[in-house]
Amino acid sequence: MSEHEYVPKSKAGKWFNDRLPLLTLGAHLTDYPTPKNLNYWWTFGGILTFCLITQIVTGIVLAMHYVAHADLAFASVEHIMRDVNYGWLIRYIHSNGASMFFLAVYIHIFRSLFYGSYKSPREVIWIIGLMIYLLMMAAAFMGYVLPWGQMSFWGATVITNLFSAIPLVGDSITTWLWGAYSVDNPTLNRFFSLHYLIPFLILGLVVLHIWALHVPGNNNPVGIDIKKPSKDTVPFHPYITIKDAFALLVFMIIFAGFVFFTPNVLGHSDNYIPANPLVTPAHIVPEWYLLPFYAILRSVPDKLGGVILMFSAIFILFVLPWLDTSKVRSAVFRPIYRQFFWILVIDVLMLGYVGAMPAEGIYLVLARVGTIYYFLHFIVVMPVVGYLEKTDPIPMSISEPVLTGGAEPSLARKVNDKV
Amino acid sequence: MIKFNIKLIVLSFLLLVSLKPLQSAEMVDPIKVDWSFKGLTGTFDRASLQRGFQVYKEVCASCHSMQYLSYRNLGEPGGPEFSVQEVKAIAASFEIEDGPDSQGEMFTRPGKPSDKFKSPYPNVQAATAANGGAYPPDMSVLVKARKGGANYIYSVLVGYEDPPPGVTLDDGVYYNKYMAGNKIKMPNNLMDGLVEYADGTESTVEQMAKDVTTFLAWAAEPELEERHKTGVKVIIYLVLLTTLVYLSMKKIWSRVDTEV
Repeated sequence: MSEHEYVPKSKAGKWFNDRLPLLTLGAHLTDYPTPKNLNYWWTFGGILTFCLITQIVTGIVLAMHYVAHADLAFASVEHIMRDVNYGWLIRYIHSNGASMFFLAVYIHIFRSLFYGSYKSPREVIWIIGLMIYLLMMAAAFMGYVLPWGQMSFWGATVITNLFSAIPLVGDSITTWLWGAYSVDNPTLNRFFSLHYLIPFLILGLVVLHIWALHVPGNNNPVGIDIKKPSKDTVPFHPYITIKDAFALLVFMIIFAGFVFFTPNVLGHSDNYIPANPLVTPAHIVPEWYLLPFYAILRSVPDKLGGVILMFSAIFILFVLPWLDTSKVRSAVFRPIYRQFFWILVIDVLMLGYVGAMPAEGIYLVLARVGTIYYFLHFIVVMPVVGYLEKTDPIPMSISEPVLTGGAEPSLARKVNDKV
Repeated sequence: MIKFNIKLIVLSFLLLVSLKPLQSAEMVDPIKVDWSFKGLTGTFDRASLQRGFQVYKEVCASCHSMQYLSYRNLGEPGGPEFSVQEVKAIAASFEIEDGPDSQGEMFTRPGKPSDKFKSPYPNVQAATAANGGAYPPDMSVLVKARKGGANYIYSVLVGYEDPPPGVTLDDGVYYNKYMAGNKIKMPNNLMDGLVEYADGTESTVEQMAKDVTTFLAWAAEPELEERHKTGVKVIIYLVLLTTLVYLSMKKIWSRVDTEV
């Protein structure tokens, strides 16, 4: 990416770099030209990397003390909380860390939606990101099962039962997933194994995500293509590193607030009751970050239909770059789309809220309205608004004010000619 | 435009939250007690913890286990903080089954501080059978396992009433204002003067309920005091570091013509 070729100063450095160009990679990462107008919504990539590392490190320590057995899991978690040195701290960081991870990833995804970061030429970054998100949900779900409390057990029962909706082979698939005829010890064992595996898959995808990002470079709040490096960019280090560090520290203060002062507020009290296959909790609810999808699932009276719709809600995001017909990336210059964006945000928040409520009465109505709007937004609003919308004038570059000429036909000119 | 929309989000959230009471209309909210362990710097009332342990031992322990606690916990910092001698004496007052010995026989011996709290029943089934088909839950994490936490436990302990007219109760079922469904299989075990407190505190029902709830809150979160203390330090450290990094960031970005 950087224009000048990096040459190590020391002889040893040169010898090593000729054989494995790690130093060149390091130089690329520090020099990486980054748009200078990135706002704080762009700091969540770094924050998410921190979250992943935190989960992996605390998770490895927890796995040293945890026992994946239906009769011992609950007790081993209490052993961690009471007898392991700072076990309570490690576990609370891990359990709240999952929530903070999702908080950050949702901000990251909605930032991408607002500024059009999923659009050409960044489709592959977006798709890899969605794969990371899918794996995150799988890891979080299986992690929540491990303490083997009531919500662990019944959450696992509800989610694995979804697969029984598949025609003909559904029941066989569910039995295969369980490794038994109900959620039981074999299920717990395999969930632990997969829960340990998935974060490393995520780590691999994160490397690809960043690699794919470094090909076209960052999008930016104005959403225009910029020359790199130029007066519109700053080197990643120290400008972006220090800004990411500042944002990360603010994030860590909030994180610490949860861990030290309300460590259980995001969990469900029923999960401190040991799993009991004979007693069903009054309301089975997943963790907060899965609630919008839970609401979509329950909004359909038919089980198979609900399952299909829930998975579609995620998979529709994979084709988003091709559903969006607008040539303008940033919603800053899209007065109509911008309003639909905020409606979508409210819609998803509302789905999350009704997902936590019993599926009856007004909540069911809201869930259905919310589900219909969710799909309309992607299938109808995005393609249609992209065609019809008259976008605002777009600057030629980050440094220059709006449309002060410039000889070469820019993206701004093209877009305004069209509308 | 963005400002307007943020208002819209806030408004719709308020609307949603205002819908919430619709759901839980039939439940009575638990009594709000001003616990000493509430808040960012909350700590346990040591004397209350010791009295609470006495209530647990003399009243609750005949049915409820606390299998995740050890006697040594009673002497650890942040808990009732009994002295080493007291902890040893408490532990020794229980006969613990141990073994097998070199002959393959199980035997009993006086408890040691490292032993777990002795359970009143050998297993869940025995406990259930001895209590009219209702298992008295293990109380190690009970405060964390109930919505409403310590307030809820306290409320149930003081919430026994005669059933309102029209409500008939089966044998061995009692009416409780704060219990979900108002029916509870645990009888009202607390009555004024039941326990003779060593420190001379008058043992009213409210006092015993408060003490034993404090004890249960500690049992569920024995790390609470250390957690609060560490948390305050961590937050102060992070705020200072954030300030320094913020100033460094401002300085570094002053080299370019962009606000940060």
